[in-house]
Amino acid sequence: MLKYLVPIGLFAALVGFLYFGLGRDKQTLPSPLIGKSAPVFELTRLEDPAKTFSNAELAGKPYVLNVWGTWCVGCRQEHGALLEIARRGEVPIVGLNWNDDREAALGWLQQLGNPYAVTAFDGEGRAAIDWGVYGAPETFLVGANGTVIKKHIAPLTVEIWEQEFVPLLPQAKAGSP
Amino acid sequence: MKQFFLALVLALCGLQAFAIDKAPAFEDPVQQARYERLSRELRCLVCRSETIADSNAQLATDLRRQLRELMAAGKSDQEIMKYMTDRYGDYVLYKPPVSPRTWLLWAAPALLVIGGGIAAAIVISRKSKLSDTDPADPGLGDT
Repeated sequence: MLKYLVPIGLFAALVGFLYFGLGRDKQTLPSPLIGKSAPVFELTRLEDPAKTFSNAELAGKPYVLNVWGTWCVGCRQEHGALLEIARRGEVPIVGLNWNDDREAALGWLQQLGNPYAVTAFDGEGRAAIDWGVYGAPETFLVGANGTVIKKHIAPLTVEIWEQEFVPLLPQAKAGSP
Repeated sequence: MKQFFLALVLALCGLQAFAIDKAPAFEDPVQQARYERLSRELRCLVCRSETIADSNAQLATDLRRQLRELMAAGKSDQEIMKYMTDRYGDYVLYKPPVSPRTWLLWAAPALLVIGGGIAAAIVISRKSKLSDTDPADPGLGDT
């Protein structure tokens, strides 16, 4: 009896491993930032290199940080969704223009529309490293108390926004973790 | 012949040299060696199976710059690794740390050897107890 049980058991274990391996999302890495305070950056504004913007200015208010670049295909894909989310006005969207060219980025916003309340220009990718960004588009939700509540990697859609972000908005506004 | 092999070894060592940056990052060879070692311990998160020492991705270039700056600021290896894992998680380490989530990964080779050894021992001891019943096989005893 044992003679048959052992190979069948091993086979079942292998099938189990493979099955769960198939279903797992190996592309999206968990962010160590969730539940911690959002890294502070001070960068020049996209539209004016003489003016700076720091996310410290947003203390006490929830906001969304969207990391994008004109070289990023997924960013073009999600742009319509960002415009719709901005139109609803539930929470302001801050843009982080990552490793990009200022002129190209301004042209992009002019051509496709500008969903961002303000866009910071991170030409050297320093703020992006502090935020643990590895692949645009990435979208963070930051609460009123300054903690990172959620991170979404991959293009945003209105459906994902409604299902994964909107339920977190009361928490983001209250600022309690 | 000896000289040929020496030349070959030297040529292969040359291939090992750090080629991804246009110029050596540090003038001090000790610091340069440390820089090369640390950059081989950090994963490029865009290209996953490459270290930041191997990758030409923009993120890897940025992380190498960050590494150089942290080293220049006099940070220890531990502080640098903490800086990276605080931002990117354990995944940024090319060699995963032993933790409750990874012990099976680290123990797998030993477990496989032990399991295989036990299976082999059982099979061998069983087979050696069997009497030779095959009439077509004269067996070793008859010769």
